[in-house]
Amino acid sequence: MSGLRVLVGCKRVIDYAVKIRVKPDNTGVITEGVKHSMNPFDEIAVEEAVRMKEKKLASEIIAVSCGPTQCQETLRTAMAMGADKSIHVEVDAASYENLQPLHVAKILAKVAQDVKADIVFTGKQAIDDDCNQTGQMVAALLDWPQATFASKIEKANGDLTVTREIDGGLETIKVQLPAVLTADLRLNEPRYATLPNIMKAKKKKMEKKKPEDYGVDIGPRQSILKVEDPPVRQAGSKLDSVETLVSKLKDAGLVPS
Amino acid sequence: MATFVNRFHLLRYGASLLRCQRSYTTDVPKITTHYTIHPRDKDPRWKDVDMERFGDEADVVIVGGGPSGLTAAIKLKQLANDQGKELRVCVVEKASEIGGHTLSGACLEPKALNEVFPNWKEMDAPVTQEVTSDKFYYLTKSARIPMPLLPGMPITNHGNYLIRLGNFVRWLGEQAEALGVEIYPGCAASEVLYHEDGSVKGIATNDVGIAKDGSPKESFERGMELHAKVTMFGEGCHGHLSKTLFKQFNLRENCEPQTYGIGLKELWEVDPALHQPGRVEHTVGWPFDRHTYGGSFLYHLGEKDAPYVALGIVVGLDYTNPYLNPFQEFQRFKTHPANIDLFKSGKRIAYGARALNEGGYQSIPKLTFPGGCLIGCSPGFLNVPKIKGIHNAMKSALVAAESVFETITDENKTSPTVGLDPESYEEKMRASWTWAELKSVRNVRPAFHTALGLYGGLAYTGLVYYLLRGKEPFTLSHGDPDHARLKPASECKPIDYPRPDNQVTFDLLSSVALTGTNHDQDEPPHLTLKDDSVPMARNFAVFDGPEQRFCPAGVYEYVEREDGNGYRLQINAQNCIHCKTCDIKDPSQNINWVCPQGGEGPAYNGM
Repeated sequence: MSGLRVLVGCKRVIDYAVKIRVKPDNTGVITEGVKHSMNPFDEIAVEEAVRMKEKKLASEIIAVSCGPTQCQETLRTAMAMGADKSIHVEVDAASYENLQPLHVAKILAKVAQDVKADIVFTGKQAIDDDCNQTGQMVAALLDWPQATFASKIEKANGDLTVTREIDGGLETIKVQLPAVLTADLRLNEPRYATLPNIMKAKKKKMEKKKPEDYGVDIGPRQSILKVEDPPVRQAGSKLDSVETLVSKLKDAGLVPS
Repeated sequence: MATFVNRFHLLRYGASLLRCQRSYTTDVPKITTHYTIHPRDKDPRWKDVDMERFGDEADVVIVGGGPSGLTAAIKLKQLANDQGKELRVCVVEKASEIGGHTLSGACLEPKALNEVFPNWKEMDAPVTQEVTSDKFYYLTKSARIPMPLLPGMPITNHGNYLIRLGNFVRWLGEQAEALGVEIYPGCAASEVLYHEDGSVKGIATNDVGIAKDGSPKESFERGMELHAKVTMFGEGCHGHLSKTLFKQFNLRENCEPQTYGIGLKELWEVDPALHQPGRVEHTVGWPFDRHTYGGSFLYHLGEKDAPYVALGIVVGLDYTNPYLNPFQEFQRFKTHPANIDLFKSGKRIAYGARALNEGGYQSIPKLTFPGGCLIGCSPGFLNVPKIKGIHNAMKSALVAAESVFETITDENKTSPTVGLDPESYEEKMRASWTWAELKSVRNVRPAFHTALGLYGGLAYTGLVYYLLRGKEPFTLSHGDPDHARLKPASECKPIDYPRPDNQVTFDLLSSVALTGTNHDQDEPPHLTLKDDSVPMARNFAVFDGPEQRFCPAGVYEYVEREDGNGYRLQINAQNCIHCKTCDIKDPSQNINWVCPQGGEGPAYNGM
């Protein structure tokens, strides 16, 4: 069980506290100059991988990110948290707008085979698209078992015992290695990337690759028709009696008259 | 407890305190948990925690990645590269990205930029929109009266550029990195370190992983020490470390206390038909009465693909009415008939606020000390009648960098302290155009403090300044510091502000949301109180809690106590946008702003 190699996927997304603005031409959201940071669920995945390394379950952590040049900052944060090295799969800004989870899953699957990873670890979903697909797709492409929405990961002989957060509560499963894991919120509280670690991370290796190096075609399979703001919330009205409420419901056709 | 200037004050306030005895109780819930108020070496929860810090050495450490900090770094590297010398320059910046905490109008005078990069135009600096029209108005509630703008008046803008300072600072950061400067955003300098001989040794970055109640979390990690031969402090207006340096080295003994203003700003996308790129409008008068120093700016920016307008107000923090609410004044200002159409058909994109210096020449402290110096708005070189400070901040950084470089590379120089004192900076500064400029306008701001108020100030500028350009033999004083200017609430009338219409005017909380500000919800509030009982005992009792009105982010609220016994102060530290107004204007000087964890605070984009 010693010496697991963990490949952690990190996505650079708009910081969760920033107010999102739709582009005037409704083709997307404004990202130019806006504060970005690592997807919070991916931070949790990185933290868990680092803890596994501290517990001697893992021996090497490789962080990987697909996107434009700025993704390198995200990878440096991952290395400052404890990843040993990173891989930046460069996708130019224009193609990045159409990069979908399937493309990323194909890339991650190829990278995992390339580096001979034992675990592929990502956040459960990205906070910008909320797709919740990449981890599951990687498992299917690699034909590996998957343990998604993990809130607790423990070693059990040669396998992993993972507690998953599901709609009905908690589910505990045993997963054979190699496997794909996706992190949920309560898995851990990520550490801070402190300055001494940021300085050390500058010396860690960052490989620069392209999707073509892995034989993945990132041509768009979807086109975005329109992006718009959610509708402005209409004011409610205060009613003074149950009778008024019932008659208003009947008028609106919500209750049979 | 409260500070009383003399016995008359004591009698006056004592009487109102006695009257208010029944509106508060003496058991005050604990508000402040920060270790600067409750030291950790006496705290049993920290007994077994390893407090050792990792350290690193550089030649120069610069605190603050703003216009002055980055210009100093650039100049140092330019000098080092020209002379073939090795120089390790590190810049620490508390925002998560360079430009993230930067906010200004801004109308840039390119004088200092020309000195840093003579060919800045070819370098694609985001300084492209020249001022095309320059207007100065006196506003009344319904009218707008143009005021004459004669060449030579401080507020004329020929040859200046309208910029978004955040974008300019980001560009400066890129130039600095290209020259080899190490820039560390997301790292807040939280402590000044000293050698045994009392000179400055460097700074330590903030600790992380302290819980809201002050105890260590599992993720606790100590900050890092950065040691340097010279440490330059460019923290901007009312920097928290600069504040400690003033006291430590007595840098303010021969100058007047600094006076301040608060600037609030919004960025609007307007109808292209109403957009006049390069148009500059400054106003005085409405909505401020003649005794409140306030005015507005409105700049039509020249962005390539978007018709943006940057506008805002500046209110002098020497105002006397504790019911004044700068944010509400700003919202009200937008409803003036002359400008309201711009907003009715427009969309608000961004909001922010920051305190700025108004003390000018009279308030410049001693600039150097063993181990370091102060640059930019931390000492304070803003030209108030021009409302421009960027060019002077950059100039001070250039001059300081030259002095620091010669101090470090001078092999024959012997220093009495381990930390080097770049003494020549002060004399070079006095010989620079910044000094002459500030000296010439030194009497404009204080001329406001007569019974004639605004009219006196305008008359002074129009007559005395225009004719004498500062050559008058006297220097007017600013008088009392800003925090001592508030009158008790009982002597003042509350101001009735109109409700927001959510099209032109907005409420405070949705404005704060636009700043993108955030702080760890589980960390000690960084707005620390020296004494937790003073807010109710004095601020609320005498001044009706002015901090709930002057804070542009809604950090301070006086809420009803859960047990029904009156009110208590609630500090919503997560909303803070690092403007420093509370530290300046608190009439009890009880609030001490310290730096929260690095990477926190607003996320301004090109403000």
